[in-house]
Amino acid sequence: MRDFSEAQLERYSRHILLQDVGVEGQAKLMEARVLIVGAGGLGAPIGLYLAAAGIGKIGIVDGDTVDLSNLQRQVIHFEKDIDTPKVASAREKMLAINPEIEVVTYQKCLRADNIREIIRDYDFVVDGTDNFPTKFLVNDACVMEGIPFSHGGILRFDGQTMTVVPGKSPCYRCTFRQPPPPDAVPTCSQAGVLGAIAGMLGTIQAAEVLKFVTGVGDLLTGTLLTFDAKTMDFKKIKLHKQKNCPVCGEAPTITELYDEEQAVCNLHN
Amino acid sequence: MQISMNGEKRQVAGDSLTIAVLLEMEKVESPEMVSVQVNGDVIDRTLYQETDIGDGDEVDFLYFMGGGSRR
Repeated sequence: MRDFSEAQLERYSRHILLQDVGVEGQAKLMEARVLIVGAGGLGAPIGLYLAAAGIGKIGIVDGDTVDLSNLQRQVIHFEKDIDTPKVASAREKMLAINPEIEVVTYQKCLRADNIREIIRDYDFVVDGTDNFPTKFLVNDACVMEGIPFSHGGILRFDGQTMTVVPGKSPCYRCTFRQPPPPDAVPTCSQAGVLGAIAGMLGTIQAAEVLKFVTGVGDLLTGTLLTFDAKTMDFKKIKLHKQKNCPVCGEAPTITELYDEEQAVCNLHN
Repeated sequence: MQISMNGEKRQVAGDSLTIAVLLEMEKVESPEMVSVQVNGDVIDRTLYQETDIGDGDEVDFLYFMGGGSRR
């Protein structure tokens, strides 16, 4: 069993006080390795809360730099960070909260030829990207590597999330099959998004990570949680593993990763 | 007939209708941004014209949602 210093006992006391977490749960958090894909609207609260929780090793992937239009919702980036790489800006804030953790940065976009070797170093992956090619790539790679992940999406006033435990629960492709045609997809840059929505959804994803690592409660597996902030209606829709899923079904047709046509890294406006 | 739409009971005229008609009735502007689940089965979008929905069916419209890191 890990020895906690006085400072650690104090820092994590509100976790340790929780009967379901305790020192054992906190020790698990400190041993855990979690990868965050995207240091944007969702990645910001996810990164801050996972750092604060003392997750031992946190990876962040993002090829972008901070832009003025990010600051309305990407709360891990400050005005002074404009034009600096998002991963460096995020790492700085996370270590400022908690210097005990390790933060590994990947200033690149995930592609079919680099994703598997990156995610292999982690116990859990959190998807905070806004483009479907990367969402499907994360799903397929995690299914193939057997690594659990959290899917998250936001648009306008709405959010949705589900947790996937490969082999046990339906994957993202079970329900969503293939990326919609690029011309049909409104992104946050075109359709807009209420800033605080990113915090609402991102913190739900962060809570799923903490639950997964500590084994507390029931994950959002086989469940699509959606909310509409205009009415504050939250809904859970049951999802099912699909036998004909192209990646986790009985006769998968996707056995190797591939990059979707839509350019993942060239969406700058 | 009565169906369930995203968990809510809904009265619909007639005995049956196709997914394509239901998408129109619900004024879904971009059907390609929706995945449709009927009684737990995800329906291939090429079959929307020929898949009937009947009394008591549970239908879920699941919207594609991106969001996050891009500006």
